[in-house]
Amino acid sequence: MLTTTNKPSDPTEQLSGTRLVELYQTMVLSRYLDERVWLLNRQGKAAIAASAQGHEATQVACIEATDPSKDHYLIYYRQFAAMMALGTTPEEMLRGFLAKEDDPMSGARQFPLHGAHPRVDLFNFSNVIATQLPQAAGVALADTLKGSDAVTIVFFGDGASSQGDTHEAMNFAGVHKLPVIFFCENNRYAISVPIEKQMGVESVASRAAGYGFPGVQVDGTDVVAVHEATKAAVERARAGDGPTLIEASVERLLPHTTDDDHTRYRSAEDIAQMANRDPIKILSELLKRRDLLTDDADAEIHAAAKKRVNVATDTVDAEPYPSVDTMFDHVVDSVGGNF
Amino acid sequence: MSEQTVIEAVRATLQSEMRRDDTVIVLGEDVGSRGGVFLATDGLIDEFGENRVIDMPLAESLICGVALGAAVNGMRPVAEIQFADFVWPAINQLVGEASKVRYGTNGVKTAPMTVRIPYGGGVRGGLYHSQSIEVLFSHTPGLSVVAPATPYDAKGLLATAIRTDDPVIVLEHKRTYRLVKGDVPDEDYTIPIGKAEIKRPGTDMTIVTYGLMLHYSLQAAEMAAANGIDVEVLDLRTLRPLDADAIAESASRTGKALIVQEDTPAVSISSEVAAIIGERCFFDLDGPITRLGPPELPPMPFSPIQEAAFMPSPEKILAAITKLSEI
Amino acid sequence: MAFNIELPHVGESVTEAVIGKWLKAPGDAIEKYDPLVEVVTDKVAMDVPSPATGTLTKILVEEGETVLMGAVIAEMDTDEEIVPASASARAATSSPSASRIGTMVQGANVGPTGGEFLDTSLSTPEPASVTNEAGGGNTSGSSHGSTRQKGFSPVVARLAAENDVDLNSLVGTGLGGRVSKKDVLAAVEKGQGRASAGSAKDSLVTSEDEIIEPTPIRRMIADHMVKAVSEIPHAWSAIEVDVTGMVEWRTAIKDRFESENGVRLTYLPIALSVVAGALRTNPRLNSSWLDGKIVLKKAINVGVAVAARGGLIVPVVHNADEGTITELAGKLEGIVKRARSGKMTIEDVRGGTFTLNNTGALGSVWGGAIINHPQAAILTTEAIVKRPVVISSNGKDEVVVRSMMNICLSFDHRIIDGAEASEFLQAVKSGIEAINLESDLK
Repeated sequence: MLTTTNKPSDPTEQLSGTRLVELYQTMVLSRYLDERVWLLNRQGKAAIAASAQGHEATQVACIEATDPSKDHYLIYYRQFAAMMALGTTPEEMLRGFLAKEDDPMSGARQFPLHGAHPRVDLFNFSNVIATQLPQAAGVALADTLKGSDAVTIVFFGDGASSQGDTHEAMNFAGVHKLPVIFFCENNRYAISVPIEKQMGVESVASRAAGYGFPGVQVDGTDVVAVHEATKAAVERARAGDGPTLIEASVERLLPHTTDDDHTRYRSAEDIAQMANRDPIKILSELLKRRDLLTDDADAEIHAAAKKRVNVATDTVDAEPYPSVDTMFDHVVDSVGGNF
Repeated sequence: MSEQTVIEAVRATLQSEMRRDDTVIVLGEDVGSRGGVFLATDGLIDEFGENRVIDMPLAESLICGVALGAAVNGMRPVAEIQFADFVWPAINQLVGEASKVRYGTNGVKTAPMTVRIPYGGGVRGGLYHSQSIEVLFSHTPGLSVVAPATPYDAKGLLATAIRTDDPVIVLEHKRTYRLVKGDVPDEDYTIPIGKAEIKRPGTDMTIVTYGLMLHYSLQAAEMAAANGIDVEVLDLRTLRPLDADAIAESASRTGKALIVQEDTPAVSISSEVAAIIGERCFFDLDGPITRLGPPELPPMPFSPIQEAAFMPSPEKILAAITKLSEI
Repeated sequence: MAFNIELPHVGESVTEAVIGKWLKAPGDAIEKYDPLVEVVTDKVAMDVPSPATGTLTKILVEEGETVLMGAVIAEMDTDEEIVPASASARAATSSPSASRIGTMVQGANVGPTGGEFLDTSLSTPEPASVTNEAGGGNTSGSSHGSTRQKGFSPVVARLAAENDVDLNSLVGTGLGGRVSKKDVLAAVEKGQGRASAGSAKDSLVTSEDEIIEPTPIRRMIADHMVKAVSEIPHAWSAIEVDVTGMVEWRTAIKDRFESENGVRLTYLPIALSVVAGALRTNPRLNSSWLDGKIVLKKAINVGVAVAARGGLIVPVVHNADEGTITELAGKLEGIVKRARSGKMTIEDVRGGTFTLNNTGALGSVWGGAIINHPQAAILTTEAIVKRPVVISSNGKDEVVVRSMMNICLSFDHRIIDGAEASEFLQAVKSGIEAINLESDLK
């Protein structure tokens, strides 16, 4: 198992203290919105939610190392904070969860966080685990054919590492040295199945050796470390040197989804210990240790996030659902084509 | 105009489409130097290089997943599944993923990809080189499924598939590859998806069919003509969406319908065609909607005698025609 | 090669033709375009030319027969490659050329995994032993091997309704005599449809006219009559009966009869008794035409047509041959009463094998009744009138006044010919004429 230090790295030249505070704000806003969505589920308004609580540092730091103007992001359902880091507004997020007419990802056809982002090349076609990995290889292949230096980042959990598609994709990416980053957020559970029942090796990252490219392990609560690891992988990909597998160790602070109860399969100590690995707490303490954040400023960040989420909730709650006729749109192109 | 076999028409169309559009790439197992096991991609790697003619690892899900990823990122990939019998690992990427890209992203993303799948039996292929796999794809909204049976249609429908902005499954019957020869115009043309064609007009009954069975049905229709039975043969050409108007028009006009397919009949294309006729032609029917297909067995035995017993044939079709005509 | 010569399609709306004189005989050498046979349609008379050069081998349709266009009328031997007329007629419609559809190249086989493989494992591709259904030629649809002629296909029913064709009047050419779409279209073509009646109806009804919606009974009677008339080929026969003796006898005993039995003695039970006796000796009159067979009924159950309030009904006197006149009179009075008061039982109307129709009470002297389907005949007893008749006695003719009655028989000509009908009528006549003042009441 990956051992974590809980001693987050200090700001670097590439990731300044000021920027770190901004990322912290994003993480806090994501956390408040994430909590709100769970409340909306308990109110019967949001049918389903998968939480990113505990994954925020990893997601925000990873995105920070990429170039949203050209890079491709193939996400999975737990990329709540990544979506926020890419500039998705709280209203846009909530429209997905509440299945409102203006859901920018899928027009409320799909679960939250599924579909395609209106502004960056981020997409998540399905709920089926690991299908995005071969697709990411295809996206990266297209970039090599087009001569683009864009990088494709494909996210997946430890559960997806068991799928055949994962192997097929990494194998192919290794053969063609594709500009793709396989980014695994390892929270040790595939719903209820613990990591020791998923793999016979020490880490997901160790498997990269079998595909001929580097595998990197990183503490997923350490913003600077994740950023650094991703940055290196991005540079390697842009230079045409091929893929990297990054495995970030994180905690899933909440059950798998709003429909799950992790007390059925996790011990009380296991659940209690996770509090020490809350990335928001860890980053907050680091920023305060380095005098980048005062208690007052932190309180203000929290208050602002809460207010922002309240405003967004009121706005989206009042919005309409899509009309029934829109469900007939966009099945196949009825005209067009490349004729 | 030149006379070509089906496989020659496929190859020539891939070549002309790749010349026409730089984003068209071909990927699959053995499509490079080997030129594909059926030689559908023979010579393409020499003209277009290995960047556009990509020999893939032996992994069908990968082939279709990569095609899908490349398609949403500006390419028009043409994936080849070596044999239909091997497509099942890729069902997830095709039925599960590609079919819903446009719908699931509310029109933001599209997947202009083509998947060519040689299918069908009568080639001594046994259980794993003979399958008809059209039903699962044809059941899936968001996919288009074409099954050209002649060199002319193979060219026109493959060109259409490649130029269409959504995933199209192109089913090529293996036995027609070199068996069927016909005229193919040199000039560029396309055939719309969803349009059936009357390959032989007639007045006494309609045979609805596709693939290899088109040719067997035409042969049977000629034999029936000698007995004074004038059979119309409607070639579906597209299996999704079915050309319900053409099916209903023909069946209504002749009053009798015989649906011939090589696939096992239960819950199949013929079931759907029968439903269309039942729904739309009831008051024009002068006989029971009849289906001819193989027995409900895993297709199909390797033994030559059993394979022949399994496959529909012109003689069996003629018998069905005769029986229905006597009603 | 042997070739079937078809009757060519000529004219837009012509579907059949009558074969005229054959201009060639089997064995004759014929040249292409030689006149072969004269053919007459309702639009044209013409010579059908030979479709090829060769030898006429067989004539299949003789002079005077009517055949459908496209039917095979003769066979010939020829060395020419000929496309049957039915196939060449297709050129007009749009379908791809044969070269575009392509042809199958024998021996150009693909192997199971892509290579070239000419499978020689079977010398004949299709072993005869397995070409049956169990071996793979599975067809679904109905089990149309069985003879199923009940009901009409949807298109037949629709075309018949649209064109007002009586399907019962058509002879089907389909399986088991089924009326097919072609049969209906041919009937419409021949003008068998009554479509014109529909349009004529509109012009026949003016705003002053009253339209009566028939009662269910009326409608039932109508349907029953139509069925009888359209299904049964009716023939008629009538004779006159001298009923002077019967009239005298009845007049003499009727009061005593009524007081003893509590029932009026009409002529009906007397006639019924005689008819029942005649039916026993002429069983063909007491029968039915069913599915192409004649069913002689054992029981003699005679229906008696009664004008009731709602319309005609026919209560049945069961086993009419077994009762005395007294018993018959009692039975009759009961059922007629029940019929007129609308209190009939099912038993009262079922099982009739013959019908007696007494229109004489209404003053009628002659009638051609409609047979009560599915019986074989109906007998009408007409009014008794006194008439001068010529009687021969001792070789001398003299004119006398006698009570005379006509009896008229309608019979199903499929079952009964004129001779049998006359025999039956004569039996009734002699039975009635045998009644005189000395007769016993039995």
